[in-house]
Amino acid sequence: MTLLTVATAFSGGIFIGLASAILLFFNNRNAGISGIAAGLIKPWQQDSYWRLSFIIGLVISAPLWRLLVGDISIQINTPLIVLAVAGLLVGYGTQLGGGCTSGHGICGNARLSPRSIVATLTFMAAAGITVYLVRHIF
Amino acid sequence: MNLNISAFASGLTFGLGLIISQMINPVKVLSFLDVTGNWDPSLALVMAGALLTLGLLQWLIRKSTKHIQSANAIKQATPKKIDVKLIFGSSLFGIGWGLSGLCPGPALVGLTSGLSGSYVFAAALFIGFLLFNKLHRKP
Repeated sequence: MTLLTVATAFSGGIFIGLASAILLFFNNRNAGISGIAAGLIKPWQQDSYWRLSFIIGLVISAPLWRLLVGDISIQINTPLIVLAVAGLLVGYGTQLGGGCTSGHGICGNARLSPRSIVATLTFMAAAGITVYLVRHIF
Repeated sequence: MNLNISAFASGLTFGLGLIISQMINPVKVLSFLDVTGNWDPSLALVMAGALLTLGLLQWLIRKSTKHIQSANAIKQATPKKIDVKLIFGSSLFGIGWGLSGLCPGPALVGLTSGLSGSYVFAAALFIGFLLFNKLHRKP
């Protein structure tokens, strides 16, 4: 951790908070990414348009950044088979738990929802224990 | 404002936030989650920055009379029950996040990175969504 990563982390957080406020103010929706994305695999309905617009904005942020600013560092050292299992767990788990890092971790916690506080503590603990087991035990 | 334009602006801003904060780099996320190892706590500030910003803006939104109703509607629409599903689902999500360093937002922003790992994770993510719909949602 350096002063730079502290600054980038905090200012990135400000962008995320602003993004969530935009969706809350104009669309009256929580910016929960797992919920927005999962809503797209249901039969097409009126509600699907804003979901798709949000996801398009999200996905093109990266090529736009590469075009205007520069490289983005993304390193994945996890084996593909583990990534496949992890993806399934994240997809199923976020639907069962009703949210992910954005829906519970940002939106829910910002309105002090007890459910979201419990969910956040739970997935943080589960993730921390998993990393501990993978890196230091096995 | 057109609902699609605001949703697009929100998604774009969200993605930029994930890029600026380096939340989209799984190696960085895993070193944040590795508390007993060479811990990099900086990503805690992503949540701090987001919560402070959203908390403040939300408070301002609620204060403007025009949006009081919608702000209340959101609150009421949220289920309040803390149950086994919430705990079990969040645990599974946490295990997946800890295995990969990827949660749904960074997984989607990473789709244009060209890495096979990004595609595999995103495909599995949507299969996980489908699996949930098959098992828990009556058609």
